[in-house]
Amino acid sequence: MKEAPGDQPLVRIRDLSFHYGERVIFDHVDLEIPRGKVVAIMGPSGCGKTTLLRIISGQIRPRSGSVVVDGLEVPSLSRAALLALRKRIGMLFQSGALLTDLSVFDNVAFPLREHTDLPQRLIRALVLMKLEAVGLRGARDLMPAALSGGMARRVALARAIALDPMMILYDEPFTGQDPISLGVLLRLVRRMNEALGVTSIVVSHDVAETASISDYLYVISGGRVMGQGTPQTLAETRSEWVRQFLDGSPDGPVHFHYPAPDYAEDLHGGSAAPLVST
Amino acid sequence: MIGALRALGRKALGFCERLGRAHVFLAYTLLGVPESLYRVRPLFYQVYAVGVLSIVITVVSGLFVGMVLALQGYNTLVDFGAANSLGIMVALSLVREIGPVVSALLFAGRAGSALTAEIGLMKTTEQLAAMEMMAVDPLRRVIAPRLLAGVLALPLLATIFSAVGVYGGYFVGVGLLGVDEGAFWSQMQTAVDFQNDVLNGVFKSVCFGAVVTWIAVFEGYDTLPTAAGISRATTRTVVNSSLAVLALDFVLTALMFD
Repeated sequence: MKEAPGDQPLVRIRDLSFHYGERVIFDHVDLEIPRGKVVAIMGPSGCGKTTLLRIISGQIRPRSGSVVVDGLEVPSLSRAALLALRKRIGMLFQSGALLTDLSVFDNVAFPLREHTDLPQRLIRALVLMKLEAVGLRGARDLMPAALSGGMARRVALARAIALDPMMILYDEPFTGQDPISLGVLLRLVRRMNEALGVTSIVVSHDVAETASISDYLYVISGGRVMGQGTPQTLAETRSEWVRQFLDGSPDGPVHFHYPAPDYAEDLHGGSAAPLVST
Repeated sequence: MIGALRALGRKALGFCERLGRAHVFLAYTLLGVPESLYRVRPLFYQVYAVGVLSIVITVVSGLFVGMVLALQGYNTLVDFGAANSLGIMVALSLVREIGPVVSALLFAGRAGSALTAEIGLMKTTEQLAAMEMMAVDPLRRVIAPRLLAGVLALPLLATIFSAVGVYGGYFVGVGLLGVDEGAFWSQMQTAVDFQNDVLNGVFKSVCFGAVVTWIAVFEGYDTLPTAAGISRATTRTVVNSSLAVLALDFVLTALMFD
């Protein structure tokens, strides 16, 4: 019997490979994002977490493999179909990426004005509702330059949910936040998920914070999925690498030192540069 | 030797690839131009940003260029007893050549660099990517109105430049050097042809406006999203568009006034 679309995972990635020049970012990766859950993608800096979000949203094409979002094969979509899909996906960029020449209100109204013919009064009501949800209704007249980093991300979140998306992609939402902003953002990510019934993908390397709000975790590194599971099962992992990553130990399977020639030999001149010129 | 050859080949290929990208970029942007005509407010704002804000530098430069032209021209013409033709010399130099070219060079420095930096910074701060994620094409929404504004603004600026330059020449020629006022204006009126001289000059500046703005918005859009990348892109805008204006001026002049 064929599965009903509602039972299928919202995002299904099979055999995904992607390279930046010579550098392998993903090497035959399989991933599934179930509907209505908060799924975290974690991994060290530069392991391709953000690239994964860009592949899911069709901003870049993978070298090979299949990326299916809500039944649509993203890499082979036409431009029009891709834009239509993106209207149903909200994305929160690391910096917030607010349009700097528009006020907070106009930023949140931007997608509504671009994609709907709603009357001004209705747009105003919708924008105020979205801003109320992130606690910034009172900041509607501020310009982005006057916002703190945490506030900018909350406005960006209000903008990301303006078109009532089916899925929200969060790119490093907690990086560089003070404890209060962090707490607010954590609560918002979870609450948006429950209140709006959306699927959330959170890319992050803030292990404890992200694990506290996630239903399922993927840990990726070196182009492969190193570990996956619910926060509880992953906490009991036997993989040394995942252990080191989750605990943040400075040494382990990932060494403290970047590969280098022998230290003593290097200091005593090796072949390239003597310490004292003669 | 082989290494140098390989580096040269790589550079040439890189240049061709970039040129190709610039043309694809232009084609997609042009698709968004008709839509920009309907979005009057952003278009007006862009014309203000690249045009109105460039008026001061254009007027001041035009005035001085006109004054210098009159001084230089008078010294040459007076030897041949043709000082009364000073008006013709000043006006023709300005409307045919100096007005369009110098105002385009000023425009590249004043407005072109600003456009590149603005769009480059929008790219660096992920604003363009955010627009794409909101299913809004930045080429239509951000680039097309700026391109159109540049094409509209530069001919107007060049016209202002030439008009102010003529008055600069008048102040120096008639006011300072004692050229006859009636001869200055009447000879100018007789010799300067509206179609061949003035309109051709305006056509030149339409072309310059398109080229300078195209280079400026492309450099901004194609910049490396880093501080050094924006700095390089801004420099490239000024250098490349100045060279393009001078080279294009030669071609257009050869075609128009043969």
